[in-house]
Amino acid sequence: MKRVFPILGLLTAVLLSYALYEALVAAPTEQTMGNVQRIFYYHVPSAWTAFLLFFINFVCSIQYLVRPNPVADKLTNWTVIAIAIAACIAAFVIRPLPEGMEPSSVATTGLAIAGLYFLIKKCFSQTRTDALAVVTAEVGVVFCTVVLVTGPLWARPVWGIWWTWDVRLTSTLVLWLIYISYLMLRRFSTSGQTPVLAAALAVFGALDVPLVYFSIWIFRTQHPQPVIGGGGSIDPRMLHVLLINWLAFLFFAGLVCWSRYRLEILQREVEETQALEAMLEPGSRR
Amino acid sequence: MNFLYAAYAATWIIHIVYLGTLVRRYQRLSREIDELKKK
Repeated sequence: MKRVFPILGLLTAVLLSYALYEALVAAPTEQTMGNVQRIFYYHVPSAWTAFLLFFINFVCSIQYLVRPNPVADKLTNWTVIAIAIAACIAAFVIRPLPEGMEPSSVATTGLAIAGLYFLIKKCFSQTRTDALAVVTAEVGVVFCTVVLVTGPLWARPVWGIWWTWDVRLTSTLVLWLIYISYLMLRRFSTSGQTPVLAAALAVFGALDVPLVYFSIWIFRTQHPQPVIGGGGSIDPRMLHVLLINWLAFLFFAGLVCWSRYRLEILQREVEETQALEAMLEPGSRR
Repeated sequence: MNFLYAAYAATWIIHIVYLGTLVRRYQRLSREIDELKKK
């Protein structure tokens, strides 16, 4: 594994450089907005990456809550399988699908949810899912911060204002605040119940992710309409650049999560050792 | 163009600052591990 990390790091650096070149130089200039539209190549992939990380946090939190209880665990397994089957059936049966949904994306999302759920379950123990939940929330907040900073930097020259209390923008800010409160809870609460409380908060927090995503279809918003899916259209060259940037950010997020996960595990081991030492020598610690 | 560069710079500043906090946490943890080994 020690050899894999530098190789992946190098690959990510190359990919990020190529993606930056594509975004700043190779991508065609948008006719109405001009060069400022290129912010889109960082803003949108950062948002997608943050959503993915919050979703992994949600899956880990659910698993942390249900795994100690075999009945709840089995029930959740079957619910996840039912979601995947229902998504596949809905993709081929329901016509027309709600706005913003396409048959292929509905089926893929259902299968991806099930795949990710069982992959995490197979690869991580209950305590490790808690560690992964912390990691994905923290890195997700970083990407969400990028979204909240780059958005106004795009809005100022295009809309003439930095911010508006639009549904998409406000729900994204609320999402960011929920995960900031999640991290504060993890950082400052000393109760033994903290992981359970944090997992419950994360489950509620994750409910905001679909609201953020679908808000531009459900509500009349100032935020631009979707360019991918739901009837949106985008120049194929722009789509290529967008996907390259997303891939680069996914690799980058994966590496950061990996490093942060190793740090989290190490930190927990040190804390356990310190607690054990304090128990053995109570006088020396206080 | 200024807004474009500001957005790209802000993105990388945010990521670099976060990576910096990770490095600092790792260094602090390494010190704690060394202290534990000494005992």
